[in-house]
Amino acid sequence: MAVLLIAEHNNKELRPFTLNAATAASQIDAEVHAVIIGQNSESAAKKLSELPVVKKVISIEAPHYENFTAENFAPVIVKLAENYSHIVCSANTFGKNLMPRIAAHLDTSQVSDIIKVISPDTFLRPIYAGNAFATVKTNDAKKCVTIRPTSFEPCESSGGNATIEKGEAGEEFSNTKFIKREEIKSDRPELGTARIVVSGGRGMQSGDNFKLITEVADKLGAAIGASRAAVDAGYISNDHQVGQTGKVVVPDLYIAIGISGAIQHLAGMKESKVIVAINKDGEAPIFSVADYGLEADLFEALPQFMEELNKLNTIQK
Amino acid sequence: MKILVAVKRVIDYNVQIRVKEDGSGVVTDNVKMSTNPPDDNAIEEAVKIKEAGKATEIVAITVGGEKSQETVRKALAVGADKGIHVKTEGVLEPLAVSKIIQKIVEKEKPDLVFMGKQAIDDDCNQTGQMLSALLNWPQATFASKIEVKDNTLEVTREIDEGLETIEINIPAIVTCDLRLNEPRYASLPNIMKAKKKPIEEINVSDLGIDTTPRVEQIKVEEPPKRKAGIKVANVAELVQKLKNEAKVI
Repeated sequence: MAVLLIAEHNNKELRPFTLNAATAASQIDAEVHAVIIGQNSESAAKKLSELPVVKKVISIEAPHYENFTAENFAPVIVKLAENYSHIVCSANTFGKNLMPRIAAHLDTSQVSDIIKVISPDTFLRPIYAGNAFATVKTNDAKKCVTIRPTSFEPCESSGGNATIEKGEAGEEFSNTKFIKREEIKSDRPELGTARIVVSGGRGMQSGDNFKLITEVADKLGAAIGASRAAVDAGYISNDHQVGQTGKVVVPDLYIAIGISGAIQHLAGMKESKVIVAINKDGEAPIFSVADYGLEADLFEALPQFMEELNKLNTIQK
Repeated sequence: MKILVAVKRVIDYNVQIRVKEDGSGVVTDNVKMSTNPPDDNAIEEAVKIKEAGKATEIVAITVGGEKSQETVRKALAVGADKGIHVKTEGVLEPLAVSKIIQKIVEKEKPDLVFMGKQAIDDDCNQTGQMLSALLNWPQATFASKIEVKDNTLEVTREIDEGLETIEINIPAIVTCDLRLNEPRYASLPNIMKAKKKPIEEINVSDLGIDTTPRVEQIKVEEPPKRKAGIKVANVAELVQKLKNEAKVI
C-alpha cells in the first residue's frame, strides 16, 4: 500500500520541509500520495503536484481549513488512511500538533521524529535530546511517522506532473477557534534551512547586544539562532530557539556565541557540519562539540570578527 | 473548575545519560530522577489559576512504577489537592498512557487537563494530543500563555513561525511549554503538609486497557561522536580557518 504524505503549506506555497518529508516518504515506499488541506490553496497544490516523488495529490478545501487546526484536519486524514500503509509528515510544530491526534483515532502507536528509514517498519530516532539513538520497529498495521526534516534532503521541486484529485471536506470542529498568528517576518534565511546560523546565548547579556549577532549574520547571509537561556531572558523571540524543544538545525556552519552548551541546546545543533564556539569560559561544554573554539570575550571578539570578514574579498552566500 | 495535571518521572535534565552496553536502553540505576520539566510548568499554571480563584481543585496524576509517586508528592507540595498513581510495570507508550488518563478523566470529570508538551526521555510529544483525540476535546499544544475566561481558554501557542492564539471551549487539554511560567519551589512546611494529602493508588490492570507496546525497541546506541576540534588563538586565525580550511565562508 502507498504512503500518504501530509503537506505543510500556507495556502499559497508549500512550507519548505514538505520537500524533506516527501524524501522520507519516498524512502518508505515509491508510491507516495500527498494530501493538502487548506482554503484557496490551489497554487500550493499545484506545486505539490510538481514534486517528482509525488504520484498523486489529494486536495481538500473548506473555509475551516484556512488555519490548519488539528481538530479539523485529523478526521479527514483518518478517513483517507484506509487506503494507506503509512501516514507521514514533518516533526515540526505543525506535524507534532497534528499527527498524534490522527494516530490515536487510528489506534496506532506513533513513531516520532525519525532520522533514518531502515525499512518500511523500522526507523532510527533520537531519544534523550539526541544523546542516544533508538532503532524501533512498529508492529501496527497503519504506521504514523513524523520525520525530522533536517535529517532528510529536500526532494526535487519540479519536473513532476501528478494528478490533483479533489477530496471531500469534513465537518468543522466547533470547540476550537483560531484567533491570530503573529509571524515574525524577516529578510534573512529561515533558521531551519539556512546554510549558516549565528546563535547567541545568555552571554549576550541583553537584547540590545544581539545587534552584534545581527551584523555578523547580515554579513554572512545567515539565520539568527538563540539558546533557550537567551529566549527565556527575553533577549530574542521564541522562534529563534535552537534545541531539544526548539528547532533542530543542521547548517554548513553554526557559530555559537556566548552559549555554554547545555545538553538541550547541543541536541538542536550538534549535527551541524562545522561548529564554531566563541566563549570566555574555556571549560564550557560547547567546546566539546566545536571544530573551532575561540576562548575570548565576545564583546571584543565580535567586532574583530566583523573587521576580519570585511577584509575578505568574497564571502560565499 | 477542576484541573487534572499529568506528571511524569524522568531522568533529571542535568544528567548526562549513558547507554547500556548491551544496547537495551539507557542506564537508570542510581541516576537522579525528577519531574519532567514542562510538567512542572503544567502544575504551576494550575496552581496559579486556583490562586486566582478560577479553579477549585487540582488533581495530580502519574502513570508508572512504584517510585513515580514521588512526582505526585512533589505536585502536592506545590499546591495540588490530591494525587492519583496508576501503577504500571514495564514500557508504556504514549498511546497507552493517553488511554489510561482517558479512564481517569471519565471518573474524575475534570474541566481541564494540563501536562508538559513533551517528555525529555523519549521525546515523543504525543500524549496530550492523543488524549484530546480520544476524548474529542479541543487541544492547545505548546502553550506559552493561558487566559481563563468564562467557559473558554485563550491560549497562546509557540509555533515554528512565531506565536499563534486560539480560543478553546472547556473541557479541553493544554500541553505546556517551558516559557508558560516560572515553576515555584516547594517550601519545607508545604512538603510536610503534602505528606498528609491523599494519593489514590490504582492498578492499571483494573482499568481494562491493553497497554502492550506496539513499537519494539530493537536497540539503543550512542550517537556517532564528533571528532575533536581545535582551539584557535584569535579571531584572525578563526576567519582564516573558516575560509581556507573548512571552506564555509
